[in-house]
Parts: sequence; C-alpha cells; structure tokens
Amino acid sequence: MDFGRTMKYQREAEPDWPHQLKQLPGCERLFSCIQCGKCSGTCPLSIYMDYTPRRIINLVREGFRNEALSSKTIWLCASCYACAVHCPQDIHITDVMYMLKREAIQHQMYPKRFPIPVLAREFYDLVRKRGRSSEFWLVLRLAMKSNPLILLGMVRTGFWLIRTGRLSLRSERIRGVHQLRRELATPKEAQ
Amino acid sequence: MFEQNGSVRIGVYICQCGTNIAATVDCRAVAEAAAEFPAVVVSRDYKYMCSDPGQSLIQQDIKEHQLNRVVVASCSPHLHEETFRKAVAVAGLNSFYMQMVNIREHVSWVHANRKAATLKSIDLVRAAVRRVARHRPLERGRVNIHPDVLIVGGGIAGIHAALTLANAGKKVYLVEREATIGGHMAKFDKTFPTLDCAACILTPKMTAVKNHPNITLWTYSDVSRVDGYVGNYKVQVTRRPRYIDEDLCVGCMECIEACVFKQPKFSDEFNLGLGKRKPIYIPFPQAVPPVAVIDPEQCIQFKSGKCKKTCVEACGDRKAINFGQQEETREIEVGTIIMSTGFKTFDPQRIPYYGYGHYPNVYTALEVERLVNASGPTGGEVICRDGRKPKTVGIVHCVGSRDERTNRWCSRVCCMYSLKLAHLVKEHTGAEIFNFYIDIRTPGKGFEEFFQKLLNEGVHFIRGRVAEVTDWALDPSEENKLVIRVEDTLSAFVRRIPVDMVVLSTALEPQEDAQDVRRLFNIGCSTEGFFMERHPKLAPVSTFTDGIFLAGCCQGPRDIPDTVAQAGAAAAEALALIDAGHVEIEPNTAFVNEDECCGCRTCIPMCPYSAITVNEIRRIAMVNPVLCKGCGTCVAACPSGAMQQNLFEDEEIFEEINGVLSYA
Amino acid sequence: MARDYLYFPGCSLKATGVAYEESMQELFRILEMPLRELEDWNCCGATSYMAIDEESAFQLSARNLSLARQNGNSDLMAPCAACYLVLRKTQDYVKKYPRVHRHVAASLESAGLPMMDGVKVRHPLEVLYNDVGLEKLESKVVRRWRGGPVACYYGCQAVRPFTEVDRAHNPIRMDEIMKAVGVPTVDYSLKTKCCGGALTGTIHDVGVRLNYLLLKEAARKGANAIVTLCPLCQFNLDAYQVEIQKESGESFDTPILYFTQVLGWAFGADPRKLGFKRGIAGRKLLKQWFAEHAEVEQYV
Repeated sequence: MDFGRTMKYQREAEPDWPHQLKQLPGCERLFSCIQCGKCSGTCPLSIYMDYTPRRIINLVREGFRNEALSSKTIWLCASCYACAVHCPQDIHITDVMYMLKREAIQHQMYPKRFPIPVLAREFYDLVRKRGRSSEFWLVLRLAMKSNPLILLGMVRTGFWLIRTGRLSLRSERIRGVHQLRRELATPKEAQ
Repeated sequence: MFEQNGSVRIGVYICQCGTNIAATVDCRAVAEAAAEFPAVVVSRDYKYMCSDPGQSLIQQDIKEHQLNRVVVASCSPHLHEETFRKAVAVAGLNSFYMQMVNIREHVSWVHANRKAATLKSIDLVRAAVRRVARHRPLERGRVNIHPDVLIVGGGIAGIHAALTLANAGKKVYLVEREATIGGHMAKFDKTFPTLDCAACILTPKMTAVKNHPNITLWTYSDVSRVDGYVGNYKVQVTRRPRYIDEDLCVGCMECIEACVFKQPKFSDEFNLGLGKRKPIYIPFPQAVPPVAVIDPEQCIQFKSGKCKKTCVEACGDRKAINFGQQEETREIEVGTIIMSTGFKTFDPQRIPYYGYGHYPNVYTALEVERLVNASGPTGGEVICRDGRKPKTVGIVHCVGSRDERTNRWCSRVCCMYSLKLAHLVKEHTGAEIFNFYIDIRTPGKGFEEFFQKLLNEGVHFIRGRVAEVTDWALDPSEENKLVIRVEDTLSAFVRRIPVDMVVLSTALEPQEDAQDVRRLFNIGCSTEGFFMERHPKLAPVSTFTDGIFLAGCCQGPRDIPDTVAQAGAAAAEALALIDAGHVEIEPNTAFVNEDECCGCRTCIPMCPYSAITVNEIRRIAMVNPVLCKGCGTCVAACPSGAMQQNLFEDEEIFEEINGVLSYA
Repeated sequence: MARDYLYFPGCSLKATGVAYEESMQELFRILEMPLRELEDWNCCGATSYMAIDEESAFQLSARNLSLARQNGNSDLMAPCAACYLVLRKTQDYVKKYPRVHRHVAASLESAGLPMMDGVKVRHPLEVLYNDVGLEKLESKVVRRWRGGPVACYYGCQAVRPFTEVDRAHNPIRMDEIMKAVGVPTVDYSLKTKCCGGALTGTIHDVGVRLNYLLLKEAARKGANAIVTLCPLCQFNLDAYQVEIQKESGESFDTPILYFTQVLGWAFGADPRKLGFKRGIAGRKLLKQWFAEHAEVEQYV
C-alpha cells in the first residue's frame, strides 16, 4: 500500500491562478460556487471521474493547479453542458473544463499517448489544413498516434459503416482554404 | 449676487466618517477648496460630523462667525439630514438653511481612484454651496393622526398585531382575503423546534380576534382603494359574497351535512387538493369566523337554479343562507396601516427534474404538513397518492431557494421545517428518512439542539443538492421507486437513493399580487418582490410611506417567532404615532405662482397623489400641501412655469447645476 | 410557405450521418420548403476544437456565419447538435464579450469577409415545430406507423445553453411532433442524458457504457425504437449495439432513427430516399414494421 501525504501546504497552492482564469469568457462566476454538487449529480460521467466537477471547481478556486490539470475529470467531460444548465449559481462549468483542457494540453500535463488530447490535436490540424474534418482520416490518425491496437476493435464497426455507405474515404477540402487560413492567422489580443 | 438674501455667510463641514469617506476622499483638500468658494466663511473637516462634538462644532461656528447657511458633506440624507437640520435649528438657524452633500454613497463607496473621488467631492460641495445661498426659510406643517388602524392580512402576523393594538384600546379593522383567518400557520401540524401543536397555540388567538370588541373582522374581503396620507387614510374594502349571512350563521354545519352532494367532490383548497369538500363548506373545523361559504362555481343552485336547496331547509329559521347576497363595499378612515399579507410557496413544477406533478409520490412540504395533521385529509396517516405507506422518504431542501434560476435568497425556514417533517414522518411511519441539504442553517433559539436530536434519531443527512428525481431504474432494487440522484459532497461521490416518497422543501416567495398591492398602498418592493422596509436595520417595520408598517413574511421569509416579534413591533410603531396625536410634514411641497398659472390643468392628471385641484372661479391650480409628497412631476409638466416646489425652485436647481459644472 | 432555408450540413452529415441528410432533404421537399446548402462551408469548430483553441473555434464558426450573411436573409439551419450549439455559442460570445467580438471582427476582415451580424441559426426540429406547426404536420400524414412506441432522445447539446430547440429540462417538442404524426412515445427519463459523444472513440469503455444505459432504459420503458436529432447520438447508439450485447449479455437490436426519417415515412416519402438502409441495428424490426409495403428489401 502507498501511504503518500494527502495534506497540502498553502505554499503548494497558486492563489493568483484562479483570478487570471476569472477573466476568461464563461469563467467569470467561478467564485460564486456554493459547492452544492448539483453539477456532479447531473453529470453523466461524474461516476467515472477521479474528482467530481464540484471538486474541480474548488481545486481551481483554491489554486491547486497541478491537481486540477492532471485530473482525469477534465478529459472525461463530454461537453454535454448539463452542469451549465443546472448550476444554481450560473457558472459555465463546461467552459471551465475547456479552459482546463487547453491549459493541460499547453503544458503537456496529461498521460502519455492519452487519446483525447491526441484526437483534439489531430482534429485541429486536419481542419486547419482542409477546412473540414473527415471521420475516417481522423480515426486513422488518432490510432497511429495513440494506440494502433484500437483499430482492431473497430474492424467490425468499420465493416458495417462501409457496408451501409457511411464511411467516406474521401478527404474533403474546401475551396476557400486560403481564406480560412488568413482568418485563423489573425493574432489574438494580448491578455 | 446674494443681495436678495442679505449677506450670505456659509459654513462648510466635510465629514470623514471614520475611514468610510476619508479612505477614498482627501477630506482636508475638499475643505480647503471649499474655503475658497464665494460666501464661504468657514470650512472644516472632522472625523464624525454626526457626533455630539461634530454638531457642536457647527453650532459654535454659527454663533462665532454669524453663519446663516450650512453645508454638510457626509453620508446619505436618508441617514442624517434630520440630525443636521436639528443641529442648526438649535443654534437658531432655520432648518432649511442646511444643505447636505452625499460624498459617501455617491463618492467614496463607489469609487476607487482617490484623486478623482476628491475632485468629484469638491464639485458636489461647490454645487451645494451655490444652491444653499438661494434657500429660503421654510416651516413644517402638522397633521393629526386618526386613532383607528387597518391591518391587511389575517395570518399570525395580522392576528398578533390586531390583538396588541386592540388590547391597547385602539380600534382595529382586520381585512382577510380568505374565508377564514389563520393563514399558513393554520395549515401546519406542529411548530419547530418545540413541536407545539400549531392549532393549539393559534386557534385561541383566532377566537380572541373574533370576540374582541375593538376588532372589526372582515374575511373574504379585499382592500380595493387607498387614498390619503399618514394619519388620514381613506380606505375602501370590498366584501365578496359568501352567500351566507355572517350575523345569522352559527357554524353548526348542518347545511353542509344536508347538501345535495352526498359526498365531498371538489378539490379542497385548505388541504391543497389532497382532500375533498362540498360546494358549501367551512375551510376547517376551527375556522374564524365559523361561517360557511358557498362556491358559486360548483353549487347547483348557481349553475342551474334548480337545486332542491336542502341546505336552506337544514338551516331552517336561522335563514342564514342568502343566494342573492351581493358584493359590498365599505369605506373606513384610519390613521395607520399594517401590511401582513404573507407569502406564497414556490411552485415546484418550475423545476421539472424534481418530478412534481409528474410522479404522484412527489409532495411539497406544505402538503406533507396536511398529511401528518390529525385533522388533515388522511387523519394524520402518511399515505402516498398511490396508496403506499412509505418505507423510505427523501426530503429535498432548497427547492426554489439559493438558485439563480429561480430565487436567489435563502428562505430561512426550510431547514427547520424539513427537520420537523423528518421527525414527524419518522414518528408516523417509522420510515428511513434522507435529508438532502446544501447547508443546515439552524441559528434560532433551540434550533441547533433540534438538529442534534434529529441526528440521534438516525435520520440521514446527505450534503448535496439533488440533481434529479427520476423513475429511471438501474437495478431491481430501484424498480417502482423514485430514485434520487445526488452528489454526496462529503463523501465526494455520486449516489443513487431509491425512495417511496419525495418531499420538496419549497421556497417562500412574495405573494402573486404583491406588485399590485404595493401600488395600491404606494409602498416599495425590493427587487425580489418582498415589501421594502425603510431601513434594513433601523427601521425594519416602517415603509417609505409614513403611517404604513410591515409585519411577517410579506417583508421577507421568516419563522413564527420572528413574525410575532415583528407584528408586535409594527403595532408599537402604530401606537407611537397614534399616541403622539400628530406628525410634522415636510415643507418641500409644490406651490403655484398664481400670477403665471393659466388654469390649463396639465398638472392635474400628472399628480400621483391627487393633491392638485383647480379653483374654478379664479381658474388657477391649487396644491394641498398635506397630500403633496414633493415628487416634482407637476413642476416639470407645467407649461407656463407657474408650478414651483419648495427647496427645488428653479434658481436653486440652476445654481446647483452651475456649481457642479464649473470646474475649478 | 415559400420560405427557404440555408442548410449547414457539417462534417457528420456527409459521412456517418448521411441518412440524416437524405431524409431531411426529402422531408423538406415534401413540405415544399427548399433547402440550399451553404456554399463552401467549413468545419463548425465543434467540441474538440474548443479544447485546443477556443478563439479558433469562434473563427471557424464566424466564417460560416459570414458566408450565410452574404447569402441574404435566410435562416441557417444546422441539423447536427454540435454544429448548432457552436454556431450559436459563437454568436452569443461575440455579443457578450467585446474581446471575442474584436478578435472575430479582425479575423473576418483579414479574410475579406463581412461581419456576421443578424444570421439566425435554426435547428430542423424547432423549424418544424415553429414554422410548420403540429397541425400542418398532422395533416400531412399518409402512412400509419406500425412500429409501436418510440423513445424520443434529445441528447445533450441541442437543448442546452445558447439553444432554442426546446427547454433544457424535460423537452417535449419531439414527443409532440411524433404524437402528432401518429407515433406513440414513452416517458423516457434519459431524454437529455449525454451519449458520451466522442468518448466512444477515445475512452471507449466509458462511452459505450453510457449508451448501454440509454438503450436499456428505453427498452425498460417499452420503446421499440429510439428517435434522435443528432448524428453523433445516432451513431453511438447504433454502431455499438453488437458490442454492448456481447459485454452486457443482454440482447439489443433497437432501430435508432432520425426524427426526419420517421416523419418522411409518415408523409409517404419514397422510402429508398430516407436512408433506412444505413442503419446497423434493428433492421429485422424495421423490415417487420414495413412488411406490408412493397419492396421492403430495397430500402431497409
């Protein structure tokens, strides 16, 4: 058995961090949380999470950045927005989760070969290049970069999709791809 | 510039208000700037102008420097205008030669930039200095107070206030909308935390109201019109027909027994639809007055005119039933009014995921009060709508409270009534009880002890706001149950708890028609819709309308002890006015410059207080200074400029504008 | 009803959700409400994009909205719940946050596109409910539904913040539409629970487990089929049934239909154009229900 320390020193917290996050769209009401747990109760995936969404909000608010960013919770969030329509304090919890995912990706704070950030990255690149995504190419590239074995499990599904004409091998590309790239290249304002 | 007022000598006093103002405004700099303004003879800043030494500072200066105008820059005039007016009066100055500047609420509390806040304060002080130079001396008028009192709403608040006043020898009119007084308290079973029977402690007071020679009780009645002003209100009360002569009915209930409807058939409002009643009924056995009511929507005589009228037969010689009874209006004169109109419970159908109205075994707390009540529809047995006796019960706290999507406030009584119902339901059924709470709030006398008692009775307390009540069954133990899904936040995992019965602890809300009532009585509402007190701490039972007081839940959610205490306070406030015999009225009223008025009548419909009339012979408008509240609407509307207002005369206002705009 | 709609398919309706596109076009043709596909549309910037770069997701949506703006005053109809939500979220955030507004405006400008004000983003379910109305839908019915009760499954993103498809809690419009065209519905308490979205592809076990719960509860309530309004919900519930069956040991063969397929069928559309053939699960049942109609083998 592993008996690691669970107590936290205040020096391990980053109290300024949540105040920066509060500036981001959707995160304004972070500090209004009354820890009622409605988000967790309504979340279809909280039953698989290491920290329930309520606890994530508290970790963020108290500045426990490492714990929040390395949680499994943020990757289990399927962006169904149930918490956002239920929260009695009108906190846009889905946006908070997006923000944590972005920061975790930026700082590489997720398990190696973990499929979700890989998928997100591949999707991002594909759309940047072609303007549209193609489910077939996306799954293929996801498998190559995370775990090729998952393709084996998809053989049967793939077979059926081809048979019913739902798997397009064509890689779509829009005409205005240069226009799109110019748009995406527009720099953000500094915070 | 000041010739018309002789030589104007102004003193300016800047209050630091401890650090309330001084932390954001450089008070010394404001005082120094003010010293340079024309006609300012002396200018000082001080830690607390409102304190005794602060006031004597002003009084000494008035004598020493022969001041004839004073400007005080401090907090809101709501708080201390009266203080400083009195202070200058003591030194022999007319009260209205004092002008206040609000540099706390309008400056220091709302700004962060010290330099800008200081400059703004200087501008405001300059405006006041220029304005006060134009002031004229004014005197307050007096009105007498009619000794009778109107109380609106006959719940425990209205009952207690009525008895207090009546016992003090004052004549009271108690007007109640329902057929009986008693309000919500009459529906409760026990009261927390002592578990006294609600009826046992309430009904003696209800009977006392009925029997008191000083109380006129009008039930089934509404206030339809309110005119007048403090001390002299004229009120019209509409008495709806109950088709029973109140003076003749003795409450024997024989008519009800004899009704052609052999079985009660119609939804019983007093039992919130859980029981049935006949078209002729008495809401509950101890109703006051103990007089029957006929519902004309349901009574066959009203619907077809062809009823056998067995009720009339049963009533016999008493002849109390009168199908031809008409609506009546009564006019009364009172000096003061107490509002005790109560609250309404939150409709949980607004939160569909709790299943109220969808799953039969989901109840509101008030419904459960009736279920556990021995005189309730089930005779005190807790039996669900589907006939089952519950083995497990979930009580969901904060339904419609502490929620941005419904009501933001804490309803204050739900924690305690939920605990009480947990105890009562457990006592009646032996069921396993789960309380789902966000925070347990038990700050009253004996409340925390009651919570301890419940903990030791083995009632479950799960900290978490319930996410949903559903019939979604995941395994056989959940079949045919209502499943409560909630995060147990103290254990930090999600739980599914199957129960037979769900009790929703619904919020207390303002009455449906609170806005109409507030307009009728010309009082204020806070944003959430409860009636607004004049000051949250220091005038908690007064309103902004003189002579109208508040008691009970119409002002905000509260429990019975607090309601009774507040009702007593409202009665005392009314008594204080009555026994003083008169009040002074503000002189800031409108007046007509008779030479310029052309009698066009533009002002008449504009006045919200009906204070303006026209002298038909001279064809000029006239203002009744007692009715005028000084709102200024007529002044703005007058096309010829004939309408003016004391303390807000054109030249006073123009000087103020010039002052605030002429930057140093 | 000569109103026309701009149509934003999104990537899914061109691939795994092709039956949605086919049935919707057929349905709107019957209702004489022509659809024009938005020309040269790009990816909406959905869910996964937000996780990498929120501002780029807004830029992607903004281009589509701007293209729609250039196309005149027609409403932009987005059948995919994810596209619908992201397009509307973009509009909402552009309105609410000056920073987002400035960035989107600058981005569109550098791409030579006009600002995207005033485009109304619609969902076909809500278009049918509001612009056509239950009465008219009822009057169009020519075929009787023999499939028994269905569970209307709204999924998540179509009924969440920013949207106007229906209310967020206990939505009922799809149920009302189904009942209007003679299709009974069950009281499905999971109607707005998430199907897991992309999780079936990434955290496979968890994603599949969510779909198992959805299928099981629908069956428990006596539904013979599940009717959806989102291509991802349809895909997840449809494609993983064999796997769910293997792992749970419970048998599922439930047809997962789009509401547009059911309506098209009720209105007498050529069944070959409704994409029933593209479903994986529940084909046996569909064949039974449609058995009285000729050449059923050709379209199921």
